[in-house]
Amino acid sequence: MMRTYAGHSTARASNELYRRNLAKGQTGLSVAFDLPTQTGYDPDDELARGEVGKVGVPVVHRGDMAALMDGIPLGEMNTSMTINATAAWLLALYIVAAENQDPPTEQHSLQGTTQNDIIKEFLARGTYAFPPAPSMRLIADMIAYTVEHVPKWNPINICSYHLQEAGATPVQEISYAMSNAIAVLDATRERLGDRAPELIGDVFGRISFFVNAGVRFVEEHAKLRAMGILWEELGRERYGVSDERRLRFRYGVQVNSLGLTEAQPENNVQRIVLEALAVTLGRDARARAIQLPAWNEALGLPRPWDQQWSLRIQQVLAYETDILEYPDIFEGSKVMDGLVAELLEGARAEMAVVAEHGGAVEAVPYMKAALVDSHRARIQRIESGEQIVVGQNRFAETEPSPLTADAEGGILVVDPAVEAEQIEAVRRWRAERDQQAVDAALAELARVASDEDGGENLMIPTIAAARAGATTGEWAKTLRDVFGSYRAPTGVGEASAAPADTELARLREEVEQLAEKLGRRPKILVGKPGLDGHSNGAEQIAVRARDSGMDVVYEGIRLTPAQIAASALQEGVHVIGLSILSGSHRELIPAVMDALREAEVDVPVVVGGIIPDQDVPQLERAGVAAVYTPKDFDISRIMHDIVGIVGERNGVPASV
Amino acid sequence: MSGAELGARLREGDLSAAPAALNLLESSTEADREQARLLLHEVSPAVLGGEAPGHIVGVTGPPGAGKSTLLSALLHVWRVRGKSVAMLAVDPSSKRSGGSLLGDRARIDFDPADKAVLIRSTAAGQRLGGLAPATRTAAQTLAAAFDVVVIETVGVGQAETEVADVADTVVVVVQPGSGDVLQFLKSGIMETPDVLVVTKADLGQIAVASRRDLSAALRSLGTRATRVLAVSSLPPPQGIDELVGVLDEQRASTDLTARRLLARRSGALLDFVTEHGERGLRGLGGRHVAEHLLAEQDPRLDPQALVSILERAAQTS
Repeated sequence: MMRTYAGHSTARASNELYRRNLAKGQTGLSVAFDLPTQTGYDPDDELARGEVGKVGVPVVHRGDMAALMDGIPLGEMNTSMTINATAAWLLALYIVAAENQDPPTEQHSLQGTTQNDIIKEFLARGTYAFPPAPSMRLIADMIAYTVEHVPKWNPINICSYHLQEAGATPVQEISYAMSNAIAVLDATRERLGDRAPELIGDVFGRISFFVNAGVRFVEEHAKLRAMGILWEELGRERYGVSDERRLRFRYGVQVNSLGLTEAQPENNVQRIVLEALAVTLGRDARARAIQLPAWNEALGLPRPWDQQWSLRIQQVLAYETDILEYPDIFEGSKVMDGLVAELLEGARAEMAVVAEHGGAVEAVPYMKAALVDSHRARIQRIESGEQIVVGQNRFAETEPSPLTADAEGGILVVDPAVEAEQIEAVRRWRAERDQQAVDAALAELARVASDEDGGENLMIPTIAAARAGATTGEWAKTLRDVFGSYRAPTGVGEASAAPADTELARLREEVEQLAEKLGRRPKILVGKPGLDGHSNGAEQIAVRARDSGMDVVYEGIRLTPAQIAASALQEGVHVIGLSILSGSHRELIPAVMDALREAEVDVPVVVGGIIPDQDVPQLERAGVAAVYTPKDFDISRIMHDIVGIVGERNGVPASV
Repeated sequence: MSGAELGARLREGDLSAAPAALNLLESSTEADREQARLLLHEVSPAVLGGEAPGHIVGVTGPPGAGKSTLLSALLHVWRVRGKSVAMLAVDPSSKRSGGSLLGDRARIDFDPADKAVLIRSTAAGQRLGGLAPATRTAAQTLAAAFDVVVIETVGVGQAETEVADVADTVVVVVQPGSGDVLQFLKSGIMETPDVLVVTKADLGQIAVASRRDLSAALRSLGTRATRVLAVSSLPPPQGIDELVGVLDEQRASTDLTARRLLARRSGALLDFVTEHGERGLRGLGGRHVAEHLLAEQDPRLDPQALVSILERAAQTS
């Protein structure tokens, strides 16, 4: 199956994009939702500001889903949705859209996948909405529902993809994904009650994985073989599954984005090709579905042409090479078997550690801290040159690139008017629907949610609320009110101290001198405004600032400008570091600057993230002291800069 | 703004002066320390005409005991009752780099527009289980303006001893089934707090058992004053209103003047030793002589003034 991950701006614009992609030979849909939809906020919510339509399509109610799928017969479509915390809701909207199409499609024949993996949201991606326990209940309910009523649906896609993006080693990627699957299966088994023995085999067979493939593609291939072995073992031993078809390790893949560079971005094309080999070379561990990122992902949102290029890579692999013509080419390979055995041993040991913590849900803080540590080690290897990244820390000299020469720098920019239109649209929707029906449906949802032990499936009132015309934000708020709100562990507090190299020793000296002059240890506030949950960058900055000797106030993700300003004021920080990767910096950074002015906080602000060059002047005009992008891979250098900026602002410049 | 002005604003209940006052108290430059002395004088009992009215509550317990969640729930109840609240969160800092990660404020829910709430994180400095050097003076200063001042520290065994030196009321937070607190209590490593809170009461039986065991241990030590409560901070919260009531009772039954005086004098001695070391103490004629000297001073003096008296005595002796 070939697809590209797509969606932006509005349901209607995305629908046009899907139809074009299908016409070009794409064989399924992969829907990208915007962050408010992923985290359960309507476009007019304060937290949605700057994020509407940015990294995907906003879907607020059944009308949006109908527009998104307009003219695409859902009975014939296989649709993958990257949706997690609000997966139950989006599936409900999809079911309702299908039954309202002409001709209608019954839920029984719908095909597709919802990502629906919450553990990795707590660990790496950050778009969670509810605390761990009720989140697991929602997942288990959805699986229990689909296995009976939407049998061709893959209700969950256990993701190890994002773990690698967050710095996971192959052993961590395997073991955390498997531990996660165990937590989901155990919760579902409990939810099924008496019917578990009859249905658990079906459930096991419907669970698929979403993995990552990095550029070390031989080891990556071994990783997938190891996962297949562990999965089969788990099915047989823990869940008593014996049907060979159900025991098969089924996975889709998106190849690595972490290793893609902003510097000389054309090199990303060959990285993507090699990574695609990791998941296609050996037949025994071949991916069922592949998505390739665009070459310019590290620069901003890809355009249709960029996505076409990624689709063409797959088509060349499938139709021009002979890769699909042979049986498993690694069968009998001692090297491959040895690699697999090594990974299996490491993964089993790490799974035992997670089990000792009480399973994947309880072990979230442990796993998070371990990932922050691995990522820090990776960055240090790149900084020191031990790990070579072509075009970034080696062979950095380059001719000017014709690929990024056009006015927008080779990326797609979402029209800022989209947000205002969407706010207008949701208000109109609320005004025109049958409010009484919506109120009744949400009250019923709240009742079922409160009745934890009642055994009633949350999917039933969720589908009813979708039919009644409730919105994404209303559905999520109803559940938040019952389940409580939650902040995931940041992992940075537990991260071990960095080994002191000369670079770090020099930094500490600079920080000590600055502390002496300031009279206080330099204090930095690190935070992520908006809904973007990709916190790797912010975490690494926080850990390094600590290791350099600064006091670091790290508040994690999903902060409003008002929260950032209040924290900066109360904490008496000397500098603020903000990280945004979702493209919402154009709206959010000026909003933060305004909030700081209003709170009378006069400290320098530095910004990091995926910030296109042409946006830098605007941020500087808003008062930002410095902007860092993925090409600034040397964090020590950034720290050195920050020390200089703080010294200058406080009238105590560094002595030479 | 000068230290005296900031002190005067705090004395008049202007909460917006607090962040700048804390910046000053934490600073080690000579100029700032002089301003800090002036600030402290403005909020000393001598100028206030009595002890600072705020209730200083020390909250301590092992990591993972649920302190932050409990504090969120307490904060909510206090705000509903119209009390202004300052929280000083003390985090351990890295021995090697001197830097620290102060993550606790993220775990406490509050409205950023609410001007009657202040949360300040500070690093503990190099002393294990101890308070940041400025935390004691910060608490005493904020108590002039805020209704409640919370000092949150991590640890058990030693942490509550230092908190006890400055807080009017000490709360130790434990989670059900954690046997170490029980052991510490029995062996006397841990001084008995004013209030023991068992969190996660939603766990049911195990929380009830923990509460019973702790009460029994306290009885066997002959301590009847310590209250033991079980709370759940998860929605719907249980026991939080009761805890707030118990804290109020504790405060009412404490001889505040005596306790604060003790806090100021022991704080001054600690500061003196931090600054001048054991050698400085010997120069005074030893700890006992120093304590005696402090006991003779005007009870309304602030700790900085007391430190100055010790320093002068050390020079002349």
